[in-house]
Amino acid sequence: MFVINCPYCGERDQQEFKAGGEAHIERPKQPTELSDDEWAEYLFMRKNIKGIQYERWNHAHGCRKWFNMIRDTSNDEIKAIYKMGEKPPSI
Amino acid sequence: MSENLRVKSSQYIDETTRVSFKFNGTTYYGFKGDTLASALLANNVHLVGRSFKYHRPRGIMTSGSEEPNAIVQINPNTNRTEPNVRATEVEIYEGMEASSQNCWPSVNFDIGGINNFLSPLLPAGFYYKTFMWPASFWEKYEYFIRHSAGLGKSPTSNDPDIYDHRNIHCDVLVVGAGISGILAAKNAAKNNYKTLLLDEKNELGGSTIYENNESNKIDNKISSEWLKKEIEELKNIKNLEIKTRTSVAAYHQYNYLLARENLTDHLEKKDKINKIRQRLLKIRAKRVILATGALERPMVFNNNDRPGIMLSSAIKKYSDFYGVACGRKIIFFTNNDSAYESALSLNDKGIKVEAVVDIRKQSETNLEKRVIDAGIKIYWEHTVVNTSGYKRLNNVSIMKLSNDGTSVTGNKISISCDCLGVAGGWTPAVHLYTQSGSKLAFDEDKKIFIPNKNNSDQISVGSCCGDFKLDEILKNLNEKLKDFLDINKTDFENITVKNDEEISKRNIWLLPSDKALGKTKPFVDYQNDATAKDIKLALREGFRSIEHVKRYTTTGMGTDQGKLGNMHALGIIADTAGVKMGELGTTTFRPPYTPLTFGTIVGRNVGKFFDIFRRTPMNDWHVEQKAEFENVGQWKRAWYYPIDGETMHQAVQRESKAARESSGILDASTLGKIDIQGSDASEFLNRVYTNAWSKLGIGKCRYGLMLNEDGMVYDDGVTTRLGENHYLMTTTTGGAANVLGKLEDYLQTEWPELDVYLTSVTDQFATASLCGPNSKKILKKIIPDLDLSDENFPHMSFKEAKIGSIVCRIMRISFTGEQSFEINVQASYGKALWEKCIEAGREFNITPYGTETMHLLRAEKGFIIVGQDTDGTMTPIDLQMDWIVSKKKYDFIGKRSLYRSDTMREDRKQLVGLLTDDPKVVLEEGAQIVSELNKNPVEMLGHVTSSYFSPNLNKSIALAVVRGGKDMMGKKLFIPMEDKTINVTVSNPVFFDQTNERLNA
Repeated sequence: MFVINCPYCGERDQQEFKAGGEAHIERPKQPTELSDDEWAEYLFMRKNIKGIQYERWNHAHGCRKWFNMIRDTSNDEIKAIYKMGEKPPSI
Repeated sequence: MSENLRVKSSQYIDETTRVSFKFNGTTYYGFKGDTLASALLANNVHLVGRSFKYHRPRGIMTSGSEEPNAIVQINPNTNRTEPNVRATEVEIYEGMEASSQNCWPSVNFDIGGINNFLSPLLPAGFYYKTFMWPASFWEKYEYFIRHSAGLGKSPTSNDPDIYDHRNIHCDVLVVGAGISGILAAKNAAKNNYKTLLLDEKNELGGSTIYENNESNKIDNKISSEWLKKEIEELKNIKNLEIKTRTSVAAYHQYNYLLARENLTDHLEKKDKINKIRQRLLKIRAKRVILATGALERPMVFNNNDRPGIMLSSAIKKYSDFYGVACGRKIIFFTNNDSAYESALSLNDKGIKVEAVVDIRKQSETNLEKRVIDAGIKIYWEHTVVNTSGYKRLNNVSIMKLSNDGTSVTGNKISISCDCLGVAGGWTPAVHLYTQSGSKLAFDEDKKIFIPNKNNSDQISVGSCCGDFKLDEILKNLNEKLKDFLDINKTDFENITVKNDEEISKRNIWLLPSDKALGKTKPFVDYQNDATAKDIKLALREGFRSIEHVKRYTTTGMGTDQGKLGNMHALGIIADTAGVKMGELGTTTFRPPYTPLTFGTIVGRNVGKFFDIFRRTPMNDWHVEQKAEFENVGQWKRAWYYPIDGETMHQAVQRESKAARESSGILDASTLGKIDIQGSDASEFLNRVYTNAWSKLGIGKCRYGLMLNEDGMVYDDGVTTRLGENHYLMTTTTGGAANVLGKLEDYLQTEWPELDVYLTSVTDQFATASLCGPNSKKILKKIIPDLDLSDENFPHMSFKEAKIGSIVCRIMRISFTGEQSFEINVQASYGKALWEKCIEAGREFNITPYGTETMHLLRAEKGFIIVGQDTDGTMTPIDLQMDWIVSKKKYDFIGKRSLYRSDTMREDRKQLVGLLTDDPKVVLEEGAQIVSELNKNPVEMLGHVTSSYFSPNLNKSIALAVVRGGKDMMGKKLFIPMEDKTINVTVSNPVFFDQTNERLNA
């Protein structure tokens, strides 16, 4: 059970949060222009790597805000947390 | 016939309080403070159980939570019975009963004991190899295997005890209150850290507290005396909380630990009533100090499992702590110095020690000299090759070891004895350490795994990190604490420590015998009856990974999780396969460290607190009317309202007819309601729903369908435009929270430029849905000055009105096909509104109806229910709802996916109606649909999603999803059931009032 430092509320127990999958996958602005393959790439393809993963998290039972997290999936160390729209910090 | 083996009064148990208890039906006496094991040993009872597979007689082996054999059932045949309890941990109390497990009819005469003689036929993997064929027979085999195996019996009635949970936050958590843990906790608390110290035993002090060895001294005091003074000082320290009888079950990441605090298990029955039995502590610690100690290993030799064969350290503890002799003639068998300390300690108390058998070469140390002076014979470079005594050890045979340790030579010496203390070295208890995600390293010199790379803010101190000698423990502890706690000095910095220097070690994982390995029984895992032979067999059969060998031989898979035997298993694998132990690694130590009862895990969440639920403001009325309830998400919804002993079918038929013939009323408060405001609200709805919203007039309502990005239907509901920039969205009851979450997700991450604010108002409003041809008349009675004409208040529109001074929002919308008005008021007025409607509707036979009738009425109209007629694989096109998908809008969630090659296939499953050829036959929901009965394999076209007997049409109706169903109108299909085949015809899914005349009638 992680301790997550919500950028709006501070440190909270993981049970207040919901994981939202890989981060920085932008919804295409013009979906109709895309081929089936390109759309499928956006829709279905997600990384599941052992190591540094960029993720979205939601403080579902708190401020309800979404934010980004950089987590090492091999030992669950949270490397960084930053707000939506911000550039990922270098780690 | 009990015997008394108490040797000397002990200061750790209360010898003034005699306690009587029963074991396997016989009454024995012990003292307050005894464990079941120490009390039984004091009565010279060693035989306490039978082994799992061969049913060999087994005795008490250890003095702690690592016990593999002495597993008992406490208070059998009562509602407080508990299986798999370690006799070495449970404290006796007046009136306690316990019995052996895994033996029938009794521990002395066990029919399963025949397995011992059949053991050549029962090698590793026996069950896998034998009972897997034919596969269909497994269920029959399993029945017999489970009956002959079985570890204890679970209680069959409700647990009468209370359990509790508590959250604890602390700066420093210290696990284990031996000498290292006590000094660590004391120094942490003294330096203003809020500290919590836990120990699984009922006394602080670990093994040092009964250490009276003249050669182990701290500041010139015997170590136990020195430690007692330290413990005394703990009482006066602020910031320090101490909990005994509390064992840490799990150590998760980020220093989150679960511990079980045992509060009443040691108390008499009358003192247990109405008290919390156990408490689960959920601890979040800023820093953790592990001082979990070390476990002594047995040694692996032929017939090393007889009752009377115990760990050397356990014999010492029973004598020093409990004042109990484990036998009258004791032999020690060792590969290190600790057996010598045990032998001396016993000798001091007048317990006869016959000999020490040591596999090492002779050396001349102070310790050795003292043992010889005590008149104890030492056999250097000897090993035990066999033991005898079926139910109690009576003889040990020893022989000289060869130089390489792989064989024995010379004459066999036979020594009679009734107890053998085995000392195979110490294994650091690193279970919790590895659970936290931290990594071990193998120490080739000491042949142990020690903590190496910490995964969180933690340290390991004392013998759990591989320090075994008092001076090295205290010196390293001092340095580690200063660094870990950021302090300049500790309060034990300047003490002087004196202890014996250890002579050499010699590790032989599998000791040789004069017999061939195949003819011997060298047990590695006592609880699961895994021998060294089984491990070698697994290697011969090609298993290499330690995890595979573990599962194949079941080594380390019992309730003790292999605390004693895992190192031997690794050592034997390494030796046999010719690899280094460090390269093999260990198997995973999984939580819990010791078993937890279910009661402790669930705590207070039992009975009506098992799961949370939500009730509507009208709930009391439904209860008074004796409604049956249905769970929908977290809600308790009225399901139907039976009158005069009606069945569900009868009630639903009556309610459905009344709603169409005159009037019905439904509690619709549970529908999700989301208030949407902001200058971009219309644009937002355009993007989340499939249809267009910009042109919806203020005061108008519109049905919307929401998709996932993959094009599949996600939710539906009616949204009302309350103002220029203000909408009220309704969602399905079960989907409300997820819909809000999804909408927030898009707003915050994809469309942050939109000026839109979402608020859940589900709980703020109560909703009564009035329906039927007389609904308008009833509403008129309640709100006389509201113009209800079709011109002023048409279908799919909204009005705000007042009942007295209470504001209500009224939507004229319909989920039944009848004229309907959904009246929303502030939640606290919900019940008053409902009663007013019932009162006003009395002359029109207003009939309250529940969710079942609602489902039937909407099915007559072919309206879908998301989650019943859809399952996450249905597009709006599949549902024949093309009309709601805007062709003009450039984009909405899921639009692009509707043009994927897969979603455009003509032969997808599509929603259709089904009519049975016999109108009285009602289909089963979920039933499979086929077009040809005699085709092999049967081609399944789809399944029935909703099915009812319609009282208004007087025939059976159903909705179904059928592959290519859109083009099957009028086609005959079949539904094969267990006992018959039902003939059906594909129809329009709208069965009732296809032209919607009733909405405006």
